[in-house]
Amino acid sequence: MTTTIEAPDGDSGDAPVSAAAVTAPGSPEDYPGTVTGGYAVVLSPGLPGSAPYDSAQNVTTMSPEGLGDVLPHVPHVPTAAEGGYASDFVRSVRNPNAPEHVGPDLPRALSSRTQDETLSFCGSLAGSFAVVWLISTQIMPFTGRVGFVLLWFVAFVAMYAGVTAMANPRTVVVDRVAGAVVRAGAIMVFGALLSAIVFTFLRGAEALVHINFFTEDMAGVRPTSSLDHGGILHAVVGSLIEIGIAVLFALPLGVGTAVYMNEVGGPFSRVVRTVVEAMTALPSIVAGLFIYTVLIVTLGISRTGIAATAAIFVMMLPIIARASDVVLRVMPAGLREASLALGASKWQTVRMVVLPTVRSGLATALILGIARGVGETSPVLLTSGASTFMNTDPFNEPMNSLPLFVFSAVRSGEPLFIARGFGAASVLLMLVLLLFVITRFLARQKVGSR
Amino acid sequence: MTMLLEPAEAAPAPETVIEVPRSIDPALPISDKVFFVVAKGIGISVLVIMGAIGVFLGLQSIPTFRRYGFSFFTESSWQPENDVLGIAAVLVGTFTVALVAMLIAFPLALSAALYISEYAAPKVKSFLISMVDLMAAIPSIVWGLWGFFLLQPKAIHVAHWLHTHLGWIPFFHVDTDPNAAPWAQSRYAASAFIAGIAVSMMVLPMAAAVMRQVFSQAPIGEREAALALGSTRWGMIRTVVLPFGRGGIIGGTMLSLGRALGETIAVVLIISPAFDIKFRPLEIGTSTVSALIAGRFGEATSAQLSALLTAGFVLFVITLIINTLAATIVARSRSGANAD
Repeated sequence: MTTTIEAPDGDSGDAPVSAAAVTAPGSPEDYPGTVTGGYAVVLSPGLPGSAPYDSAQNVTTMSPEGLGDVLPHVPHVPTAAEGGYASDFVRSVRNPNAPEHVGPDLPRALSSRTQDETLSFCGSLAGSFAVVWLISTQIMPFTGRVGFVLLWFVAFVAMYAGVTAMANPRTVVVDRVAGAVVRAGAIMVFGALLSAIVFTFLRGAEALVHINFFTEDMAGVRPTSSLDHGGILHAVVGSLIEIGIAVLFALPLGVGTAVYMNEVGGPFSRVVRTVVEAMTALPSIVAGLFIYTVLIVTLGISRTGIAATAAIFVMMLPIIARASDVVLRVMPAGLREASLALGASKWQTVRMVVLPTVRSGLATALILGIARGVGETSPVLLTSGASTFMNTDPFNEPMNSLPLFVFSAVRSGEPLFIARGFGAASVLLMLVLLLFVITRFLARQKVGSR
Repeated sequence: MTMLLEPAEAAPAPETVIEVPRSIDPALPISDKVFFVVAKGIGISVLVIMGAIGVFLGLQSIPTFRRYGFSFFTESSWQPENDVLGIAAVLVGTFTVALVAMLIAFPLALSAALYISEYAAPKVKSFLISMVDLMAAIPSIVWGLWGFFLLQPKAIHVAHWLHTHLGWIPFFHVDTDPNAAPWAQSRYAASAFIAGIAVSMMVLPMAAAVMRQVFSQAPIGEREAALALGSTRWGMIRTVVLPFGRGGIIGGTMLSLGRALGETIAVVLIISPAFDIKFRPLEIGTSTVSALIAGRFGEATSAQLSALLTAGFVLFVITLIINTLAATIVARSRSGANAD
């Protein structure tokens, strides 16, 4: 949009001419009055925000938030790039608390939540609870809280639909029921996630409070030894060594394959892509069994850290290659072509344009791949052997790792070992959460991402 | 070029000018040559590594198929000491667990994806998206612990309730008396149902992420048109978002089905192994291909190992077919997105 504000004649310079061009940020240095790339609005006299014309300040640059103060009738329409959609737009118009209504000309309050809606929601919630309580304790007794909540929800939806139908057309009933079901599903998903994390840490706290849990290994610890003895240092170290070596090989090969498929191309690269995509379907236990058969049974290598590393590598390589491929494929082709058009060689383009552009996306995909690799139990279950002692040599002697320690501790059935297993699972979860926070941090760095 | 630039000089004696076209094929700089060779070398090595696994699994299966023939697929018991091997029961168990997982994961993933893309406030949207990513990164062993220690004591009551009131449907039948005074709790534990719930939590974020991505690509013009015509939010979702995202819904579900079939640790932790063909997920005891491998690899002789590899190969082929179909469906729905 381009709007040019014509300066008035010099003899009428003292007249209050209200001309304010509101520009989007990013074009403050543009020629005054000519706004490109954003939206420009010229106000007519009399509206709030008008100011006496001043040749030095004939253009007022404001942020989009400021636009709402000036124009009560033009709410900031979220664009698709900001993640806004029609429904958000409608809600922002309806919601009286939205920041757009500042000014003398107040818009009509269009609350999306009417009293009817609020009351029928609360009433149905209470009514269905009473009904289900009556059924479950008096008429058709059954035990278990999960069943109670499930039944409560079913009764709530039925009652909510019935109450809504008393005063509303069918479309509104369907809308509310669908909304309730979708929200309940989302609550269940995020509730399950939260419960898994909280439960692991709660059960693990028993072992985590002991300092020796982090500083000792399990050598010489009897099944009945109290939590004051032994720790998981060997498993942490083993996990880090195994994943470290696996990433050391999988990262360059995976990213290199993705670069080859996207930047070099050719018919052969399509074969590579087909095979890599096919191998992402390989179940991790089969990857472990493959390494077990080849390295341990056929080649006679004993169960060591390096065998576990090989299994993790085989499992991670297609994941990393595939994730990097997806990131590279969505890179805007214009950047690549611009670089080539300027005379850069292919390698210069890859090194100076492609890789810096996709850096944050690549890092996110890779760290999620690493998180997946560090938490996978089945490949190491078959290949590494569970040592109870500290072993930093991946080529000799068995080596333990966190997921394997958790698995064997829990399977042992000893209450103290189960507590240690939960402690190790908490440490594993912390490791994954740490990796995850790093990805969020990297993803937020927009430098060079577009 | 010469002709065009200097026509005056070329005109008098055209026969003396021998036109040699300039090569427009530039010589590759040495860095590019190295880059191409290295990149191709990486591509070939990855192809060899990945291809070797597939070929190896396929070759290892030949002796098993030759020895047991088609009965490998129809025999249900796994008794290597009697030379009776078959994956019928474990295949049925694998699909039962995956079916339960998908029955739970599909509605939950769909509603989570719809909630994030359509209902959630814009401020929490990116937070919820990263929560789904986090859920995908939670190790499977943690979901196994969650399923075994937190879920199982509660889920057996749900299983008992389902059996008591819906037991006349064969799917919900359990081979015990539901109305016995102290009902047999152990008959409902360690079942495909509970393992399926744990697996559903693992595969759900994958489906939800694919669905959400497709939903968010639904054309904004059609959304606004639906709302402008007076549609409710659900009306807009039903007429615009869901038809547009159908490919993503199917593809995402199939991708997560592929993962559900191969899930190991949570299943091994929860189920108690049993090798009979049954479609009673609420009842104790089942087995899956991956649980079979995890349980039997240790004492296996080389012939049995090859049988286990064959079972793994069959599983791999099934997940490969499902993933390929899913990728095709998702890709088709995406190409539709670009056309709009």
